[in-house]
Amino acid sequence: MKNQSVKKNIDWLSVIIYSILVILGWLNIYSSSLSSTDGTYEKQLIFIALTIPLIFVVLFVDGKFYEKYASIIYVIGLLSLAGLFVFGKTIKGQTNWYSFGSFGLQPSEFVKTTTSLALAKYLSDTQINLKDTNRQLQALCIIGLPILLIVPHDPGSALIYCMFFIVLYREGLPGWYIWTGFIAILLFILTLILEPEYVILIALITIVAVYFKTRIVNRNLIASSLIFLLISGFVLSVNYVFTNVFKQHHRDRFNILLGKTVDMKGIGYNTNQSEIAIGSGGWFGKGFLEGTQTKGGFVPEQHTDYIFTTVGEEWGFVGSLVVIALFVTLLLRIIYLAERQKTKFSRVYGYCVASILFIHFFVNIAMVAGIFPTIGVPLPFFSYGGSGLWGFTILLFIFLKMDANKVNEW
Amino acid sequence: MRKVLLPSLIIIAASLLVMRIFFLQIIDDSFKLKSENNAIKVKYDYPERGYIYDRNGKLLVANQPSYDIMVIPREIKNLDTLEFCQLLNITKEDFIKKIEKAKVYSPRLPSVFLAQLNKAEFAAFQEKIRKFEGFYVQKRSLRDYEVDYGANIFGFITQVNERQIKKNPYYNSGDLIGRQGVEESYEEILRGIKGVKYIQKDKYNREIGSYKEGKYDTIAVQGEDINLSIDAELQKYGEQLMINKRGGIVAIEPKTGEILALVTAPSYDPGILVGRQRSKNYTLLYYDSIAKPLYDRGLLAEYPPGSPFKILTGLIGLQEGVIDEKTTFMCHHGFSYGRGRFMKCHGFGPHQLNNGIYNSCNTYFAQTYMLTINKYNNPGKAVDVWSDHVKSFGLGNFMGYDLPTGRRGNVPTSKTYKRIYPNGGWRSTTIVSNAIGQGEVLMTPIQLANMMATVANQGYYYTPHIIKKIEGKKIDEKYTTKHQTSIDKKYFPPVIQGLFDVYNYGTASSLRVDGINICGKTGTAENYAKIDGVRTKLKDHSIFVAFAPKENPKIAIAIMVENGGFGATIAGPIASLMIEQYLRKRITRTDLETRILNTSLKAQYAKLGGMEAGAGIESTPKDPKIEAKIKPVTTEPAPKKTTIDSTQQN
Repeated sequence: MKNQSVKKNIDWLSVIIYSILVILGWLNIYSSSLSSTDGTYEKQLIFIALTIPLIFVVLFVDGKFYEKYASIIYVIGLLSLAGLFVFGKTIKGQTNWYSFGSFGLQPSEFVKTTTSLALAKYLSDTQINLKDTNRQLQALCIIGLPILLIVPHDPGSALIYCMFFIVLYREGLPGWYIWTGFIAILLFILTLILEPEYVILIALITIVAVYFKTRIVNRNLIASSLIFLLISGFVLSVNYVFTNVFKQHHRDRFNILLGKTVDMKGIGYNTNQSEIAIGSGGWFGKGFLEGTQTKGGFVPEQHTDYIFTTVGEEWGFVGSLVVIALFVTLLLRIIYLAERQKTKFSRVYGYCVASILFIHFFVNIAMVAGIFPTIGVPLPFFSYGGSGLWGFTILLFIFLKMDANKVNEW
Repeated sequence: MRKVLLPSLIIIAASLLVMRIFFLQIIDDSFKLKSENNAIKVKYDYPERGYIYDRNGKLLVANQPSYDIMVIPREIKNLDTLEFCQLLNITKEDFIKKIEKAKVYSPRLPSVFLAQLNKAEFAAFQEKIRKFEGFYVQKRSLRDYEVDYGANIFGFITQVNERQIKKNPYYNSGDLIGRQGVEESYEEILRGIKGVKYIQKDKYNREIGSYKEGKYDTIAVQGEDINLSIDAELQKYGEQLMINKRGGIVAIEPKTGEILALVTAPSYDPGILVGRQRSKNYTLLYYDSIAKPLYDRGLLAEYPPGSPFKILTGLIGLQEGVIDEKTTFMCHHGFSYGRGRFMKCHGFGPHQLNNGIYNSCNTYFAQTYMLTINKYNNPGKAVDVWSDHVKSFGLGNFMGYDLPTGRRGNVPTSKTYKRIYPNGGWRSTTIVSNAIGQGEVLMTPIQLANMMATVANQGYYYTPHIIKKIEGKKIDEKYTTKHQTSIDKKYFPPVIQGLFDVYNYGTASSLRVDGINICGKTGTAENYAKIDGVRTKLKDHSIFVAFAPKENPKIAIAIMVENGGFGATIAGPIASLMIEQYLRKRITRTDLETRILNTSLKAQYAKLGGMEAGAGIESTPKDPKIEAKIKPVTTEPAPKKTTIDSTQQN
């Protein structure tokens, strides 16, 4: 009677939002690939059809299975990434595919799930206290290993894994990690916009101000100087890495974003075209299949990473708002569900799911809208591609299964 | 607090995205304009292209109006196809084909339906234009060539292709762009900036005034006129001298680096690439793979320079202190070096720098070169020292002149020989052919001319350039920056004396022009071609370099005539005539002129085949005085299978 209970207990709101996103995604892929003849939208339809048996398998597996075998699943995930170095196929400059005839599989799309399971399993031990440095290091290892294996193929998507720190924070990681992270990002952006000397000057002024604002007993000259030295070192090394380690095309991505270079010919072309396509949508868009930029094929990779441009052009501001609202509702719903979980394992896993979906959603749309550097991450459930769709589906439905099971576990 | 972080992040991030998208879609209208939009029509106002003048202000290239019929396929309604086709004198199949092509580009955006109508055709069409919905006329300006020479210098105007539209957002389908020559290198200056007008339309597709009171409209900016450094008379004369020959002439004013003439032969009348016959003619020129009229030999023909390179060998020997003016080498119709190898020479007896140059003595320069290389213990180091000296004359690399094509040439370094002889074992004798410009050294005519300009200046040069003046603007600073060579000034006069004596006692003694002291040097480049599968030695390329007058050089020149034979037979006389034309504006050596005008190498080239392909449009003299002097030439039928392979061998 397990089937019955899943049907009764599964969170139908999430399932419905998921289905709407997948269907909307396909409609937009259909529109953007109508003029091409390589069967893009037909293939995506097959991918979508195949998610149905996939979802059934995920829901029928015993809820305990995921927790019990999390470590083994994690290791399999790592091996599949390592295998790319030997058997990987290079598509568009990135060696992150296994090829089976005409059909390709991207293991990194599934490793997000396996890593989430492993992290959840590790943190589910009630003994774990993330204030302990050893524990922090161990958790870092779980996150770090897949990053090390992914970076050589696809440096951009390693960013996804940084979101696990949000999960760790929720589970007790000291707050200063997060603040340091935010400050580092802020300094990084400032360094690229301004000259490093100015950033260091601003840091100095801030630190001096904070120093004199604190009460005399609490003033710590050594700590303040140390922080200042650290910040200066960081700013200078960012500057060094940016000018000496980054390749020109990496630099271009940032410079275009910051408006430092205007280059409509090369790398700026994608962003410029996607902004034009979105911008031409207006309030209500041009209508389904009426997008002229979409039809004209001006936006490169439109059915994959740039799928949101079709939404923007054909469905306008209203359509974009609906899609964003659907994502936000789904994300908040998952967090809500995660917080009401009875086991730490499923709570952590739920948080991982929300974090991963969130970072994809944000980075993808921000990139398309021209406020984030060009990093090739797909829009969950929307972008063309079997691996991506299945990876996100499994990620989500394992959690929905856990959530549906919680009643039985009592 | 810990529970709040992720939800807050999500809400902040989502708001950020919504704000950004709101800005893109609602606030900022400029994106809407860039996309094709039903409600807004874009009208372009194309400015007239800048005129091109020569150094003396003679007008070379002007403009003529031309009219394109544009079509927006979606807007075609109730068209009387028959009347339309009759009016424009096209067939119905043609009509359907053109409409289909326009639809493929975009059903909503304007494409060119019929390009470059003349005034009469336009007038007839204009009367009835109201009947043809979806069509309109776009005025553009076409080139009007005032002269029938200089095609390689000007380049031509053509419609932008898909690739260029994608690369540069300035261009729309049907826009014109300069290709090759100064039209390409000064495209942005000549073309100006087109004006844009956005016109609001209502739902019945009627124009109802300018969009947002013309907030986004821009006014066209006129193209600017330019003065080339070319001397029109010299250019014209050079092209006439090169009729029935293949090769290139480059003349430079040493004091400024200005290019006075840039001749390539065969060439064509620039006027044939204007108007509706353009594409037919261009195809003819393009597919003439043997005579290659579109190939600028003055800039692109890379050959071992041969004897003119001895000038550098001598200068480097002096600079390195391995010879002085008095150093003497004995020549026995050549000399032995290495293990029984022998370099032939036509000279005999004792040679010093002076007669070494004017007799073009291989022995003298080979010895000098070997002394230079042997000065250092390590031949690799020595070659690099030598190579740096050569490169200081601007050789072995793109020169940075303002024309869109070029070749590096080649100056070998120790790396070159490490690659050729990976096991080492090479020494001065191995590479001695460099001494006489026959080894790995390769140069283009413009590099040769620049080398002569540098010698004339006694040790410096300006980057050659073809621009003299841009209306109201200074020319690029890089053309007014002096490049100093690594050879001291004091070593130049003896070499220049030697070059002067080439005309007194040497290989060019029959080419003197009374009253003008010319310094020059002959050269030949061996070359081979595969004819019917057999590697055959062809007649040498004739090379000549010179500058004049000796006291105050005003022109430096390099001439290369393919398969012209010995340097003094064809290239030499052309040098004398060009120099006299430039300095005196009239010719006293009419004997040389007649001989050169009547020299045809067509029979020679016929061996290579393909002579007839572009012959119909190759340059023909328009000047009746000159034409009268040229006898008609007949050529033998060409053999079938020919590939050209010009290499050096020694």
